[in-house]
Amino acid sequence: MELVLSNFDLYLSAFRLTIGLFLVSAVGSLLLGTLLAAMRVGPIAFMSKAATVYITVVRNTPLLIIFVFVIIGLPKLGILFRSVEELGISSFFFRACLALTLYTSTFVAEAIRSGINAVPLGQAEAARAIGLTFGGTMTQVVLPQAFRATVPPLASVFIALLKNTSVAYAFGILEATARMKYFTNISGNDLPIFLIFAAGYVVLVEIISFGANRLERRWRVAR
Amino acid sequence: MRLTRTKAAVAGLGLALSLVACGDAGDDESAGVDVEVQEDAGSEFDDGTRMKELADSGEVIIGVKFDQPGIGFKGATDDMPVGFDPELGKVLAASLGIAPEDITWTETISDNREPFLQSGEVDLVLASYSITDERRAVVGQAGPYYVTGQQLLVASDSDIDSLDDVKGTEVCSVTGSTSLENIEAEGATPRGFDTYSECVDQVLSGAVDAMTTDGAILLGYAAEHPDELKVVVEPFSEERYGVGYSLDHPEMCQWIVDTLTAAQEDGTWEEAFAATLGASGVETPEPPAMDECPAA
Repeated sequence: MELVLSNFDLYLSAFRLTIGLFLVSAVGSLLLGTLLAAMRVGPIAFMSKAATVYITVVRNTPLLIIFVFVIIGLPKLGILFRSVEELGISSFFFRACLALTLYTSTFVAEAIRSGINAVPLGQAEAARAIGLTFGGTMTQVVLPQAFRATVPPLASVFIALLKNTSVAYAFGILEATARMKYFTNISGNDLPIFLIFAAGYVVLVEIISFGANRLERRWRVAR
Repeated sequence: MRLTRTKAAVAGLGLALSLVACGDAGDDESAGVDVEVQEDAGSEFDDGTRMKELADSGEVIIGVKFDQPGIGFKGATDDMPVGFDPELGKVLAASLGIAPEDITWTETISDNREPFLQSGEVDLVLASYSITDERRAVVGQAGPYYVTGQQLLVASDSDIDSLDDVKGTEVCSVTGSTSLENIEAEGATPRGFDTYSECVDQVLSGAVDAMTTDGAILLGYAAEHPDELKVVVEPFSEERYGVGYSLDHPEMCQWIVDTLTAAQEDGTWEEAFAATLGASGVETPEPPAMDECPAA
């Protein structure tokens, strides 16, 4: 316990990295997930099929396998994403976010699709009737309503994403779980260290739940 | 049709050749030390000691690493682990009158060595197990039977040749290991992985600049890829490998020390080293002097 408290800067920097992984992957998977959901419900059969195949394959693959593929597999093919290092981002961080985004976007896409299905068909028909294109129908009419219905399931997806960032501990990222292993290796008494790191995750998850609750309440009034 | 037949023949030939190659490798690996199994070992030990119990039962469970070439390595299809640690495990078992084929080998990773000893899941641990005060507070560690130090494994064409060069580079090792902690203190970005083999892959593919851990382990990997990898930098830490035993049986310490000292004196220790770690071309070092056992 004293070990962690006297090295609290290491604890904080580890959780900063956890939060960094979470935020970048959350934004990435929200964008990719929305695109996938739009493709899936869209009118172009080929894109709809492609999105379905992607979601089926990736969602049914364990996250660990996706990490192995991106962080151990791709470098063997010479794909290291070295170009991101010019932007000051480490290649490992980028690839960890990529793995998390590829995985989480499938869950986001399905959550959004459930939201889209919750929007009455008449809304889309009315949008088409006043001459909006598919893109216009989606962005102006369907998606804004769909996102509202999507808040509770998306909150679950993002809470899972936050906890999933811990998989990166075995793939070269010194985030909270890896830092916990660092402390338990030095100390003989693991339990207090485990608890103080668990507390960090609990706080972060509570923040996401709280944010989701507020968002839900605010948008409910507007509907 | 003829083309497919030719292809099949070539494939068959390739398969046959690879099988032959496998057979050869297997033969090489079985060359370890020949231990002399003590007969009627039970009578050598006092009643009530753990050694007596083990000798009478004729079985012992030894925890070793399965993923460190030269130290303790077991391929997916191997029956027994090979390496310096298993060889010394055989020596210890032989003094209990237990033949190598009667030893049960269990994989112990860095995280579970103490719990396995405490719960009695294994009787002994020989798994590149560095002696530290923190560990000695929870389990017994007899030894050191081998002393090594942390070094760096880099690609053959790497510019890193002193410890100062690692500042600002990415260096991988096993997550939560002392080696990773040390290299972080040297100013490198630590890249933790689950196993050493994944780490070596990262060096081979160029994703990290170097890998760091005990020199003994690195030498094993360098020997596997002599053209691509090399070990650099003088050892910058001291790791003293000990034999782990449970604090419930403090009498085991003296027996381990006596047995291994005897093995050092009669040349079995050197033989074991030459057959395993020595295969990567390093000279057999002087066996280290062992610590006194704590008063039981």
